[in-house]
Amino acid sequence: MAKDMSKKKIAIVGGGISGLLATIKVCELGGEVDLFSYCPVKRSHSLCAQGGINACMDTKGEHDSIYEHFDDTVYGGDFLADQIAVKGMVEAAPKLIKMFDRMGVPFTRTPEGVLDLRNFGGQKHKRTCFAGSTTGQQILYALDEQVRRWEVKGSVNKYEFWEFIKIIKNKEGICRGLVAQNMNTMEIRAFTADTVILATGGPGQVFGRCTASTICNGSAVSAVYQQGAEIANPEFIQIHPTAIPGSDKNRLMSEACRGEGGRVWVYKDGKPWYFLEEMYPAYGNLVPRDVASRAIYKVCVHMGLGINGENRVYLDLSHIDSGYLERKLGGILEMYSEFVGQDPRKVPMEIFPSVHYSMGGIWVDRVHNTNIPGLMASGECDYQYHGANRLGANSLLSAAYSGTVSGPEAMKWAKTGNKGSDLTDAELEAARREVQNEYDKILTMNGSENAHKLHHEMGDLMYKYVAIERDNNGLDTCLVELKKLLKRWNDIGITDHSTVANQEAMFVRQLRNMILYAMAITKGARMRDESRGAHAKIVLENGKQKHDKDGELVFMGRDDEHFMKVTIVNYDPKTEEPVISYRDFDHSLIKPRARNYAVAKKE
Amino acid sequence: MPDKVRFIIERQDGPNEKPYTQEFDVDYRPGLNVVAALMEIQKNPVTVDGKKVAPVTWECNCLEKVCGACMMVINGKARQACCALVDEIKQPIHLAPARTFPVIRDLLIDRSVMFESLKKIQGWVELDGSWDVKDAPIQNPYTAQTAYEISHCMTCGCCLEACPNVGPQSDFIGPAPTVQAYLFNLHPLGKFDAPKRLNALMEKGGITSCGNSQNCVEVCPKSIKLTTYLAQLNRDVNKQALRNMFNF
Repeated sequence: MAKDMSKKKIAIVGGGISGLLATIKVCELGGEVDLFSYCPVKRSHSLCAQGGINACMDTKGEHDSIYEHFDDTVYGGDFLADQIAVKGMVEAAPKLIKMFDRMGVPFTRTPEGVLDLRNFGGQKHKRTCFAGSTTGQQILYALDEQVRRWEVKGSVNKYEFWEFIKIIKNKEGICRGLVAQNMNTMEIRAFTADTVILATGGPGQVFGRCTASTICNGSAVSAVYQQGAEIANPEFIQIHPTAIPGSDKNRLMSEACRGEGGRVWVYKDGKPWYFLEEMYPAYGNLVPRDVASRAIYKVCVHMGLGINGENRVYLDLSHIDSGYLERKLGGILEMYSEFVGQDPRKVPMEIFPSVHYSMGGIWVDRVHNTNIPGLMASGECDYQYHGANRLGANSLLSAAYSGTVSGPEAMKWAKTGNKGSDLTDAELEAARREVQNEYDKILTMNGSENAHKLHHEMGDLMYKYVAIERDNNGLDTCLVELKKLLKRWNDIGITDHSTVANQEAMFVRQLRNMILYAMAITKGARMRDESRGAHAKIVLENGKQKHDKDGELVFMGRDDEHFMKVTIVNYDPKTEEPVISYRDFDHSLIKPRARNYAVAKKE
Repeated sequence: MPDKVRFIIERQDGPNEKPYTQEFDVDYRPGLNVVAALMEIQKNPVTVDGKKVAPVTWECNCLEKVCGACMMVINGKARQACCALVDEIKQPIHLAPARTFPVIRDLLIDRSVMFESLKKIQGWVELDGSWDVKDAPIQNPYTAQTAYEISHCMTCGCCLEACPNVGPQSDFIGPAPTVQAYLFNLHPLGKFDAPKRLNALMEKGGITSCGNSQNCVEVCPKSIKLTTYLAQLNRDVNKQALRNMFNF
């Protein structure tokens, strides 16, 4: 069959929910997709999303409204999200759910056979559609199936086990292709494309142990950042309050546990203390994640009340009927039993906060164009929709919605955009050669450092200085230490010289990108002198953390006058350092108000 | 508890190279699993004989038993490595690639054949498009629960590795992709194309190649009742064959 040369070619990097929905949209519009992924797309990290996906279905007699979803999202994000973009997302949500239902996502149903809804953090209405406790897995699979159908029709070429290395710009500076490497044969190849969409997910691995998959390293985002793409709001890293701490990874315990009635407590004076319920009577255990994580951190680290003096609190489901639990939360309870060896239906789980999600990412406009023409970003790797803190079950929504925007927009650019000149064979080969040279150089590295040990050190640094509580001393120290790590990267020694599936050499390349991304996160946090959402900064007095008369830490307040702005990070190739500036955004629909979950939300 | 855990790992430098074994010791810690141990070997790839070697190659992503990537043969049994806790398995721990699939390197295997099989059984709902139509059909909650169970299949390949009828001697596509046909036949829109899927399962490598050895259901990490659904599919395929014959 002769290839139709007039077909528009869109390269999509990443096969999670956003990348796959973008793929489907492009195919429906008659385009052809080259789909690049670290793994078979069915194994993408979207499948780790557990609790559900928010959409105002209003089928529980609670008079939920799209406006309420809109307001909860903006308020939950501490007024740092572009309100026009959020509005588009919440309006589309119910339609997306119906589409997923038609695709065969096995949502949990009521006895009448309609979609069941559950409670989630930061919202007072039942608004979360779910498939047991494996909603992300089920949505990802449905999209994987639809993409396979397009693959059979010849519209999708999958490049699974290919790593995206960098984009290729033409002489006008417009993105017209990319270089990727086959992770098994190690072949490096240049690809042309009319538009490139990055849908590469979050940078959790920058923090080492987190709830993310091992493939969520932010390397692709860092690569395009080094090629001139702006990163926005990187300092807003979501710490999920309830994860099972582990030395290889912190495993997520869904917010759905609390949504279904789970209670968080520790012993105080010999009696259970339900501290979230006491501190936040209006929302109780269902406060947003940043609020819950800070409370747990305070109870363990500052008050010393963690279980057996360790950094752990109880997440308790044992008072709930086990049949009900099985139906609503089956998958994750099984996971807890399997990894911890205790049955959460009978004894309270032991959990602690963990790095989980990045609200920030590549800067995009409302239709997901980056500042580099021809390059788009979609899903967790972009910065849109969540502001300073994401509400639970809004990530599956933003992943899906962004794909339905970026896909069609990529086709529009491919057809009518000012794409400048085509890449010549010489330009393609030059781009390929550059990557080949860099890779060959890595193979000759024979210093004394081990890349995985360096990665571990970086994770420790980031957790110590750029996690739940931050202060400017720590952030300054962290920047100095990250610079040292970047230098030590040059002294890595490679033990693997194989030409087959050389995971070590690929990791060395990713690690450098991760360090540069870590610097962007840290610098963004250093420059933002306020507390907002997930970014909580302690006031310094005479160079020391300030305490009030009761001995409590004093945090900076939200400073709308100076910081109700998007952080923009540009890469300076000379110093390899991030350069920070600020940009206004649209907050014209809902007037900013103080965020306080101790009382019911006022509009 | 000993302070070291011994791993005996079957390695292979490339697709056409000869396998060999190497032994590694990893520091014990509570909750240690096989993936975490392999990560420790990455940090210090030295064998028990003190030889510095290339780190062991394997595939993993989620470490939560949902992605299916880290399937390998551990002490003779195909399973996910991330939830194989050292405390719960016999030591020394033997790791080998699942040789039902072509080996790329060490424990890394090529499972693309499973994804190809999902094309054969037409494992999707035939949607007009991703646009809004009207409400999706109501579904029987009990049927939906069955669908939910089958839809947990991670395409990890444990059942193919365990099945005596999957291999060079047979063209059986294996339990996992076969049972996926049943999943789509349950869906109110998916069932419109049930005859196509059942016909596909009558072809070479389809359900008649299942020898009913029941190994698959034993190893499925998601406890999917594979043999139950294989039996029901077998019945559906037979009915379809009669329909084809008598043209009704």
